[in-house]
Amino acid sequence: MAGRTQPVNPFPGIASAAVVAALILGTLAAIALRAEAGQGFGPADWAALRFTLTQAVLSALISAGLAIPVARALARRRFPGRSVLIALLGAPFILPVIVAIIGLLQVFGRAGWISDAFGLFGLPPIRIYGLHGVVLAHVFFNLPLATRLILQGWQEVPSERFRLAAQLGCDERSMFRLIELPMLARILPGVLAVIFAICLTSFAVALTLGGGPRATTIELAIYQAFTYDFDLSRAAMLSALQLVLTTAAAYAALKLSRGDGFGAGLDRAIRRWDGGKPIVDTIWIAIASVFLLLPLMSVVISGLVGLASLPVVVVQAAMTSLAVAALSTFVLLLMALPMAATIATGRYGFVDVSGILGLAASPLVIGTGLFIVLRPLVDPTSLALPVTALVNAVMALPFALRILVPAARDVVQRHGRLALSLNMEGRVFFSRILIPRMRPQIGFAAGLAAALSMGDLGVITFFANAETATLPLQIYRLMGAYQMQAAAGGALLLLVLSMTVFWLLDRGGRWHAEA
Amino acid sequence: MKHLLFAAGLLCATSAIAADKPQLTVYTYDSFVSDWGPGPQVKEAFEAVCNCELNLVGIEDGAALLSRIRLEGENSDADIVLGLDTNLIAAAKETGLFAPHSVRTEYALPIEWNDETFVPYDWGYFAFVHNKDAEAPGNFRELAESDTKILIQDPRSSTPGLGLLLWVKAVYGDEASAIWEGLSDNIVTVTKGWSEAYGLFLEGEADMVLSYTTSPAYHLIAEDDASKAAAAFDEGHYMQVEVAAKMAGTDQPELADQFLEFMTSDVFQSIIPTTNWMYPAITPEGGLPKGFETLHTPEKSLLLGADEAAKVREEALAEWLGALSQ
Repeated sequence: MAGRTQPVNPFPGIASAAVVAALILGTLAAIALRAEAGQGFGPADWAALRFTLTQAVLSALISAGLAIPVARALARRRFPGRSVLIALLGAPFILPVIVAIIGLLQVFGRAGWISDAFGLFGLPPIRIYGLHGVVLAHVFFNLPLATRLILQGWQEVPSERFRLAAQLGCDERSMFRLIELPMLARILPGVLAVIFAICLTSFAVALTLGGGPRATTIELAIYQAFTYDFDLSRAAMLSALQLVLTTAAAYAALKLSRGDGFGAGLDRAIRRWDGGKPIVDTIWIAIASVFLLLPLMSVVISGLVGLASLPVVVVQAAMTSLAVAALSTFVLLLMALPMAATIATGRYGFVDVSGILGLAASPLVIGTGLFIVLRPLVDPTSLALPVTALVNAVMALPFALRILVPAARDVVQRHGRLALSLNMEGRVFFSRILIPRMRPQIGFAAGLAAALSMGDLGVITFFANAETATLPLQIYRLMGAYQMQAAAGGALLLLVLSMTVFWLLDRGGRWHAEA
Repeated sequence: MKHLLFAAGLLCATSAIAADKPQLTVYTYDSFVSDWGPGPQVKEAFEAVCNCELNLVGIEDGAALLSRIRLEGENSDADIVLGLDTNLIAAAKETGLFAPHSVRTEYALPIEWNDETFVPYDWGYFAFVHNKDAEAPGNFRELAESDTKILIQDPRSSTPGLGLLLWVKAVYGDEASAIWEGLSDNIVTVTKGWSEAYGLFLEGEADMVLSYTTSPAYHLIAEDDASKAAAAFDEGHYMQVEVAAKMAGTDQPELADQFLEFMTSDVFQSIIPTTNWMYPAITPEGGLPKGFETLHTPEKSLLLGADEAAKVREEALAEWLGALSQ
């Protein structure tokens, strides 16, 4: 392998990326090929595009903007319950959309806790519905993710840098300029791109919190084209638009986030001697906790009553969901680890971009496309669970890569030359050096993927029959049968299971490390 | 290991028996096949008389169901499609994928039914459901003038939402746009589907929610809760009639006919009221379940014909979007 100055074999990663791209673009192509000429791009679509972009940009900026002080506070402070808090912060992200909407509105709605509290002082209820409501909901979903990703960045700064800074007597400002700002410049573009892409495909949240058709997103138009108009060419066109926007965002992030890491360290546990004013950090942590945990509390409180009388089929569905999550996590790691290693070499931008496509593809498009492709070969319903696991893995891939890539990049930079000189290349480097060094990130990525897969309704609605139902599907079914209380119980079960799985995997990754 | 072999043998044996029996595949919406819907009881009852296996396949909602059929086309695995409503019939007929039925019976519908392709199995009236202790408006104009807050569903993603759109259009015609403008400050929000809106209503987010006149029956019968009522609108209430039809390309035409006959039988019809929470298309011999007599029965039933509904939908949707997007 002459001419290669790094020890990673890039081909497994390239192959994984090709599979992902083929799945997403192939399903889209399958739909486009089936389509007849349909309705073009009208004025209503321009309005939808404008609204979609506005809310996605605002949601990404505000989520990431707020996540910086919160992550900084969590990076600087150690307090009892910190790791539990960090684990709980992951929860909003994994709730099924319908549960999260109701939980949010129990707190922020017209009859919510805050409006009730206002009422005690004779104030009118707060007006949550509108663009600000959409952004609030998206910040609720994405602030925890952004916080975790940025916190990860802080933890990847070698402890020697902090030690040196402390010795040199750096004050808070120079610490920010010399260490924190370069780290943020490397991490933030990717975080922004991921959140932008998630919010781009929002539908039920945007519509409900937006208060009506003013809050129409492209994803809603895709749904309408698929179901009510059966206009496949229009669905394919709108979906392609989403892909282009996401790819552009991903590409821009890729260009912006270039920059050197902090070089090698000795992998010692991080200690901080700086810290600024504790009160500022405390306030940030408190605000974020209240904002994120109140809606979760309402989900827990509503669910407690229903939990006792949960039907057996719901418990069975929970088992199915666990199996799907396990399979999905396995598939995810199989794709994400080689891709992260390849991206870490800094050469194959296509791999990075293809990794983010999973966010832009609507489940509706992947589901329909897979259905068209699979149907001539097999009975699609017999593959309901494996297909769901695969699609969930592809959807979790962008998050996993954001978690894995910075760490992989550092390992390749720190240990690459030494490994090369020792002739440790390819598989040996991958399994002996890269993977062990990245254990915390792998645990976090696996936990997130498993939890996401548990909570996602995904494509199961396309392929399910009476027997193969996942937990989120059963929750929707209970709601559809007026059984809101049992549904709330199911949602609590889902929340507890997802959090447990997430916590176990995340914890398992860093059981010996300081967290 | 021995157990495993035994289990495998048993599995093969049962699937061999199952393979001997003819299979009838029914595509329907997801809430029909759910454990709380009519599906499980219907499957048991039909298999007891048909010497066949009934496969129920659940696909999201009525609109998604029709898309699936259009996607599969003539090669569809479905023998029967169950769960389209009157607003989807025109589009369904256009596909030419459905065959005429041979069911002859008297329906308990408030309207004349003589469609040659689609057989109705249940029906209901759209209505705004509210808590009994709150004053409810008597028609759309009163609602628009009042401070009453409502939750509705989006006609672009939900069948009740589309029903409301046609309800207003059927009553007010060219004035529909003005009615929607009047209603815009009453609408708390518009949801993707029925479940979100109904869930939020139960949490107290609004005074009324778009649902069915039969919704209070669920609370009364299943939860022993008499606190919900449907607001009676003097302009009349728009109907939803749910129908099934035989696929033209079915490889089980006799069995499909038998299922449609069974669907209009007493056994099937008496399952409907307390699982689908709709009126049965033919009143069962034992009458409606206790509690249904408390429901509001509109004096005037509204329903646009299939072709007319398809024709006005586009225009009504544009008016709705225009009035609510300002």
